[in-house]
Amino acid sequence: MIEIRNLYKVLGPKMVLNNLSLTVKRGETKVVIGRSGVGKTVLLRNIVGLVRPDSGSIKINGVEVTDLNEKDYNRLRMEIGMVFQGGALFDSMNVGDNVGFVLNEFMNLDRKTVNDRVRDSLGLVGLKDVEHMMPSQLSGGMRKRVSLARVLCMEPHIILYDEPTTGVDPITASAINNLIVEMRNKLKVTSIVVTHDMNSAYQVADSIAMFYKGQIIADGRPEEIKNSKHPVIQQFIHGEVQGPITEDESLIFGHVK
Amino acid sequence: MTAWSIRTGDLINQWIRYLGQLTILWAQTMAAAVTPPFKWDRSLIQAQRIGPGTFVISALVGFFVGMIIALQMAYQMVQLSAELYIPNVIAVSLTRELTPVLTALIVAGRIGAGIAAEIGSMAVTEQVDALKAFAVNPVKYLVVPRFMGLIIMLPVLTMLSDLIGIWGGYVICVFKLHISHEMFWKMTFHALAMKDIITGLVKTFVFGMIIAIVGCHQGLNVKGGADGVGKATTTAVVRSFILIVMTDCFITFIFYFLLNI
Repeated sequence: MIEIRNLYKVLGPKMVLNNLSLTVKRGETKVVIGRSGVGKTVLLRNIVGLVRPDSGSIKINGVEVTDLNEKDYNRLRMEIGMVFQGGALFDSMNVGDNVGFVLNEFMNLDRKTVNDRVRDSLGLVGLKDVEHMMPSQLSGGMRKRVSLARVLCMEPHIILYDEPTTGVDPITASAINNLIVEMRNKLKVTSIVVTHDMNSAYQVADSIAMFYKGQIIADGRPEEIKNSKHPVIQQFIHGEVQGPITEDESLIFGHVK
Repeated sequence: MTAWSIRTGDLINQWIRYLGQLTILWAQTMAAAVTPPFKWDRSLIQAQRIGPGTFVISALVGFFVGMIIALQMAYQMVQLSAELYIPNVIAVSLTRELTPVLTALIVAGRIGAGIAAEIGSMAVTEQVDALKAFAVNPVKYLVVPRFMGLIIMLPVLTMLSDLIGIWGGYVICVFKLHISHEMFWKMTFHALAMKDIITGLVKTFVFGMIIAIVGCHQGLNVKGGADGVGKATTTAVVRSFILIVMTDCFITFIFYFLLNI
C-alpha cells in the first residue's frame, strides 16, 4: 500500500507537487492521468526516492520513506520496480545483461538460472532471442518492453510505470496493457501507471486519479472518471483544445487566443 | 565595491563550493571502495581501457620531451663544457616533474573527457537514475572502478614514459653530443635516487584521483541533453588541467621545503 499525504515539491521556479495526496491500495493498479510536463514523473521519482519531497509524507507498506537514509531506502527499492519513460537501458550491456542486472548484482545465482529467468521475463513481454542484442539495435517499443522485462525479472511487489505505452504501436501498447493487468491478477502487484493515453488508462486501471496543478483533483473508478462532470477531467479525457486546462495558455497549436 | 571585485568574489566562491563538492565525492568514493562487495573485475576493465590506449601517446610525448630537454640543456651546457651532466638533468627533471605532469595531462584529455562524456550520457538518458532505482549506489558502480583504474594505471604509464623519455635523451646525448653509451647510463643512474622516482609516483596517485573525481563529478552533474554532455566534457578537461598543475606546485613545495626531498 502506498499512502501519500500533503506532498510538496518545488523544482526551480515551479511548484510541481502542491499539497498532493494519493492512496494506492495493496494489489491495486492506480492510473495517474494528466498533461505532459505537469509533474506526474516527479511524483513517481518521489516515491522511489530519486528526489526527496520538500515536505509531506509518503508511506510504503506502512513505512515512512521521506526521512529514510539511502541504505534503508535501498532495502525498500528491492521491492519496487520502475519502468522509465525512455527505457533507461544500460547501453554498455546487451539485453540479457540488462534484464538480469539485478540478479547479477545482488543474488548469487548460477549463470543458467539467471539465463532462464531472463528468457522467461523477455518471454512475458513477447520478446525472444534478443539477449545478445545491444540496446542501440532495438526499436523504441522493444526498448520499452526490455525495460519492463528488467523490472519483471526482479519480481517486485510494487511497479511504477512511467508512460508505458507512449511511442509504441497500438498492438504492442495493448500487449503491455494486458501484461499490466496480468501482473495485478496473477502476482497481486501494486502499480502506479502514469499516462496520458486514455485507452490504456481504461484498460488497466482499478482506479484513475486526475493530476492537475500539482494536485490530485479527482480519484475514482474508471467509469466514475469517465462520467465525471468536472470540466478539467472532461476536457482532458475528450482531448478538447478549449477549456479550463488551456485557459491560461495564450498560444494553442500556433493560434493566438 | 567595483564590478570586478564582485566578479572575482563570485568566482572564488564558486571554486570553493566546487572543491567542496569534489571533496565530498572523493570521500564517498573512498568509503564505497572499502565497502564490500568488492568488484575488482570492473576496476580491471577500466584499467584495461585506460592503459594500452594511452601508452602510445604518452610514450611518444615522453620520448620527444626527453629529446627536447637534451637539446635545450646542450644549448647551455656546451658553453660551460658540462655536457656530461645533461643525462643527470634529463633523468631528474623527467622523473620528478615533467613525465608525471605531462602524462596526467594526456590522461586527463583522453580518459577524463571520456569519463565525463560516458557518465554524462548515462545521466541524461536516466541510466544513473535507473541504477539508483535498482538500489545500486552510482558512486560504487560508476566512480570506484574508474577511480581505481586511474590510480593503478597512471603510475604505470608514468614509469614507462620516464623510461622512454630517458631513451629520447639518450638519442641526442649519444648520437648528437657524442657522450658515450656507458657514460650516459652511468651519469643517469648516478643522478637518480629512489626519492626522485617516489616523489613522481606520489604525484601520479594524486593526479589519478583528480582526473577520476573531476570527470565523474562533471558526468554525474550533467544538466540538459547533448549540449550538457559536451559542456561537461570540456569543463572536465579544463578543470583537471588547472587542478593538476596547481596540485603539482603544492606537492613540489611540500616535498622541497617541508620534507626536504
